[in-house]
Amino acid sequence: MSRVDCAVGVSMGHELGLTTLQMAEFVARGVLAFEGVVPEALNARFLEQLRAPAGDAERTLSQAYSRLIHNPSIPKISPGTSLPDCFQSGNCLHDIFALPVVKGMIRSLVGDAPIFDHHFLHLTLGAGTEMQRTSKAVSQHNHQDSTIDPRQAFDIQLFYFPQAVTRAMGGTRYIPGSHLRRVSEAAIARYQNIVGQEHVVCPAGSLYVFHMGLWHGAGRNQSNEDRYLYKIRLGPNAPQVRLWNDSDLVTQPDSPRPIFWTDPNHKDPVANQLMALEPWFEADTGRLELINRLKLWRYITGDPKADVDYWLTRVENEWGLP
Amino acid sequence: MAARQKVLVLYLATSALDTPVVGWAQYDGFGDSKPMTGDEDVPPYKTGVDALRDGWRLIQASPLVSHVSGEEFRTDYLKYEFFFEQWYSIEPKL
Repeated sequence: MSRVDCAVGVSMGHELGLTTLQMAEFVARGVLAFEGVVPEALNARFLEQLRAPAGDAERTLSQAYSRLIHNPSIPKISPGTSLPDCFQSGNCLHDIFALPVVKGMIRSLVGDAPIFDHHFLHLTLGAGTEMQRTSKAVSQHNHQDSTIDPRQAFDIQLFYFPQAVTRAMGGTRYIPGSHLRRVSEAAIARYQNIVGQEHVVCPAGSLYVFHMGLWHGAGRNQSNEDRYLYKIRLGPNAPQVRLWNDSDLVTQPDSPRPIFWTDPNHKDPVANQLMALEPWFEADTGRLELINRLKLWRYITGDPKADVDYWLTRVENEWGLP
Repeated sequence: MAARQKVLVLYLATSALDTPVVGWAQYDGFGDSKPMTGDEDVPPYKTGVDALRDGWRLIQASPLVSHVSGEEFRTDYLKYEFFFEQWYSIEPKL
């Protein structure tokens, strides 16, 4: 997938808001990556607090969580709390959510005071002593979080990787473009591999933001290092309409680009992004995915007539019917 | 002679067996491999027909289902699922 450089974001006051092209990528693929945006000192402090006082010495995952669940660096928060009220000053997570690139990204997707749903620290034990520490040395099945969710509004899930993740560490696997499929949690577990699936490999301090519906699962950690992942789910508290830096947004161009018999000279990066097919799309449902993306595009642009390549306009033409 | 089953599930781009594989899963009742989620990024076959030519026996194909009125644009599970099997003989335990 394309990696987002935080410098690409556009200033919204002292924040860095997403661009229209980044929003189109999120609509189309259900994921954006922000590599290495959390400073190393903050990553180190976060990990140090998690490992205190016993470090990574536990023999089993349940023993590790028995310690971690009492760790004050990840506070207990009631669902429904406004994000600005979740973390006290001085907490690592408070400092991470105060980073301009993080604030701008959250604001662009779910507003500046989104609703906290839950958070969790995921730990995957390293393989070096895995046989002693766990009997479940397998990857996690693909799944969609929560349960069937037919909303047009969407929650986001932020994945914070405080340490560098190598391929051997089994970073989160995800299926780009799967977020608009309405399935029931682990009902998709049968799908072991899908063409175009990606595995998180990233530098320390990387953030990935998922649409709530993105299919994903944890990989098997075959390294000797324990892997930490902090995840938080946030919901909108207002319509998610034009919350990003939308100064370049055009939803109804004067001359829409020709379709099928296309014009190679017609450049439209946002339309290209919205219409980019994933390699796993079936021939027919891939077109339905485009239609569902465009419905989501209409929601976030606030334009009920927005379209690309005539997909919605064609099927909405009811002239001639009584 | 006892036997054990291996199962291959292919998800194709259309309802036709000669179209590309977009997803797959394998289960090994014989026990000499342990396939799991995310373990391969390249499909074992390009198409369903390629699996047939390699000796897999088709045992089930997903039916074509009419679209529910009002839900024509809904997408959910992978649509074109094909189950294949192979059987392997094993030596009886003495």
